[in-house]
Amino acid sequence: MSSPAANGHLDHHHDHTTSTGIPNKKLLWWAFLASDCMFFGALISSHLVYRLNPPPGNAVPTQVFNIELTSFSTFILLMSSLLMALAVNAIQKGNVKSTRTMLLGTIFFGCIFLGGQVFEFTHFVADKHMTLSNSIFGSTFYTLTGTHGTHVAIGVLLLGMMYVRTFKPTHGGSLGRNFLHLLAFAAAAGVAFLFFVPGLLEVIEGESLRAMLSHDAKPLLLGAIACAALVWFARTSNPAVEFGEKNAIDVEAIGLYWHFVDIVWIIIFTAVYLLEYL
Amino acid sequence: MAKVITQSGFTGKEIAQPATTFSLFTRPTAKTGLVSWLTTVDHKKIGMLYGGFAILFFLIGGIEALMIRTQLMVPNNHFVSAQLYSELFTMHGTTMIFLAVMPLNAAFFNLLIPIQVGARDVAFPRLNSFSLWVWVVGAILLNVGWISHFVPSWNFGGAPDIGWFGYAPLTSKAFTPDLSTDFWVLGIQVLGVSSIVASLNFIVTIINLRAPGLTMMRLPVFTWMALVTSFLLVLALPAIAIALIMVMFDRNFGTNFFEVSGGGQPILWQHLFWVFGHPEVYILILPPMGYVSEILPTFARKPLFGYPIVVFSGVAIGFIGFGVWSHHMFTTGLGTVATAAFALATMAIAVPTGVKVFNWIGTLWGGRIVTRVPMMFALGFIWMFMMGGLSGIMHSAAPADAQQQDSYFVIAHFHYVLIGGATFALLAAIHFWFPKFFGRMVPEFWGKVSFWVIFAGFNATFFPMHFLGLNGMPRRTWTYDSNMGWNEGNLFATCGAYLLGLGMFTYFAVLVWSYFKGEKCGNDPWDARTLEWSIPSPPPEHNFAAIPTVHARDAWWYEKTHKEEIAQEKAAHIKAEESHGGIHMPDQSWYPLFAAAGLLVGAYNFAQLHYPVTMFGQQVLASHLPLAITGLGLMVAACYLWALEGPGGYHLHIDAEGKVTESRGDHH
Repeated sequence: MSSPAANGHLDHHHDHTTSTGIPNKKLLWWAFLASDCMFFGALISSHLVYRLNPPPGNAVPTQVFNIELTSFSTFILLMSSLLMALAVNAIQKGNVKSTRTMLLGTIFFGCIFLGGQVFEFTHFVADKHMTLSNSIFGSTFYTLTGTHGTHVAIGVLLLGMMYVRTFKPTHGGSLGRNFLHLLAFAAAAGVAFLFFVPGLLEVIEGESLRAMLSHDAKPLLLGAIACAALVWFARTSNPAVEFGEKNAIDVEAIGLYWHFVDIVWIIIFTAVYLLEYL
Repeated sequence: MAKVITQSGFTGKEIAQPATTFSLFTRPTAKTGLVSWLTTVDHKKIGMLYGGFAILFFLIGGIEALMIRTQLMVPNNHFVSAQLYSELFTMHGTTMIFLAVMPLNAAFFNLLIPIQVGARDVAFPRLNSFSLWVWVVGAILLNVGWISHFVPSWNFGGAPDIGWFGYAPLTSKAFTPDLSTDFWVLGIQVLGVSSIVASLNFIVTIINLRAPGLTMMRLPVFTWMALVTSFLLVLALPAIAIALIMVMFDRNFGTNFFEVSGGGQPILWQHLFWVFGHPEVYILILPPMGYVSEILPTFARKPLFGYPIVVFSGVAIGFIGFGVWSHHMFTTGLGTVATAAFALATMAIAVPTGVKVFNWIGTLWGGRIVTRVPMMFALGFIWMFMMGGLSGIMHSAAPADAQQQDSYFVIAHFHYVLIGGATFALLAAIHFWFPKFFGRMVPEFWGKVSFWVIFAGFNATFFPMHFLGLNGMPRRTWTYDSNMGWNEGNLFATCGAYLLGLGMFTYFAVLVWSYFKGEKCGNDPWDARTLEWSIPSPPPEHNFAAIPTVHARDAWWYEKTHKEEIAQEKAAHIKAEESHGGIHMPDQSWYPLFAAAGLLVGAYNFAQLHYPVTMFGQQVLASHLPLAITGLGLMVAACYLWALEGPGGYHLHIDAEGKVTESRGDHH
């Protein structure tokens, strides 16, 4: 373990301490993704089985879906993968600052996707009257896309933990500060995808900005405070941090997960949404 | 604790306590006592804990079985109520599969895999500890319902009573309105998490932590089977995870996955369950095939016959195992094409199994067979497992299966595979590796007595069930009338069950005696072949003073026959390692235990989500949701602290006399 400041000297594609040369963490995540494939495989096939054998009175997907919105959030999720790849690239060069920027970008795009899902679910229930329990299509749709959304949300949380961890100083520092930092992150991300992004989408759909700001005033204020706290934490932190090039494998491992969740979404978007329009 | 730098080559700059900057709790360093077990990351201690808990549940499952047999001893019996009977057969099956055989296999995975691959621990030691404690959480959730029988105010509706397969729509609110099914659903889900996490760890350990020279085709067969089993677990468990989520949603959030009135199809449960459930059968039996493949060559004094064929048949079994699930559903009306396809696949999977049996016979052929106790159980395994396999082939013929479905013939079949097969091999393995991990031998005479009592009792119990089944006795029946022609068979089976119970009691009583009073033994009491026998009994914390270089398939056998070469090599390895700072050991941690505790709080409360929380008869909360969220929060917090804490670690230094000292300072 040489000094983390020695940039560009680590081999990120080969770990000479393992039998295969693949880093242990990478192998673990790959095996986990194989498991997750089966997880989504079971969900997607259950959805398709029920879609192909609809009971009378089942919801009609094309009347429920808002395909423009979902296409947009799909695009955003795909772009988040680009930022994720740039974050991995940055940390492999030992550039912690750029890594943080790219992590935040990935997180923000992830939150836009999640916000789109929150908006979509709200409207499906309120306007299209499709709930989790009133049709089998609703049951399989919400369970499948909700499970995917949970995966994205866990990804956002993991990326956030990684982001906060990059501030852990080499010497000293307090656990309390670190926890508050994480709390600020969780509040900001939560408000972003539960209120801010769905609110903006409402504005795009025709609601006035003023109305949006007024009925979500409290959470938006909390989100603004949390964002300010994030800036403050970033500005006042000790610049000598433990995190560095040697942690590239940690970022890369979460990156694998993030890309996988993206790929699964491409399959879900095709099987659940696009095929309905054939 | 000694923190001494004894060697000049040590690269650490200063001696320091474990870093405390970012941990809420001081990193535990106890080597003995309760804390050392609760916070251990040592694969051997974790294996012992798995084994201890598994044997406890094996005995509980055995008592449940004896109660079932007592109820069926005579016709029209009222030893237990019909309700309790349902709970007993559900928990007998669930316990034996998830809380006895699987964790016993996990115990051996933990004890043996790192040593057999020549490593000092698994790839992720803290994750390994997490798997263990999550397993304990699952075991608690499954069994918590029993409290209702003793403390009526804890109203969980008794233990789960839906069968180990939990077929829909029996699991719907209409048929099991009480909480027992919710605890079953979450208990199995949590056990699945534990198994997946543990398997990921073992996959990485086996693939990535092999000692120099240990190619995949030199891996001991047990480790190979553990690898295949781990892949099966990782790939099969998600199917039941989804099915359990669907049941949970149906019961708690009003979905209609298995509600016919809402457009659901109960048959989907059967498919998802058996997509998991059939690979599960191989998850139970492949590790036992591994034990037997280690034990037979040792006591036949010959290398394993056809090693590559044994390995590839194991892989083939794992692969085909995913394509035969519908043979559990021949009577559901799949259609002729599907039925024919699954019947053929089922016949096909018997081929690699048969190949293995022939390889074991080939190993015995011409060997100088030593009939020590582990060998007796291993030979018993081959014979009994083959009988179970033969009745299994009978099931693959769909028309015949239609006659045997849900009858005692099926009970006879899978107990021959799971007791005559898996359990015999596990008993062989416990006896075989007991000296390694406790440093004492089990007395030969009492071992043989227990073998013969178990062998006789097992056959007396389950052989008559073939006839009972073909004479029409259905599974899961609480009682039967005296004019069905089943009286003699049931009485005989029950007497056999008591004999089997006596045999098991003898077996474990002898183990307890041996733990305290058994004759002490050296490294290699059986003159065996694999690496675990090259190190002291019980093994030291760091397993190997020098990481071995593997030169042959039977690595330890080669070492025994090339002593000078190996001694030079080891001296060089020790020197090289010391110049890199000594033997690196991982630090213990509280967080895996805390994360599991958070999961327990979360899952326990989530199971009773919609029920009000009461204390001393007063309602405190309208639902369990806040408590469930608190548990989840605790788990996330523990995981985050776990990540911040880092793997840590310290170094061991072994001097010329073999004295071990510790040092800290090279902070990773």
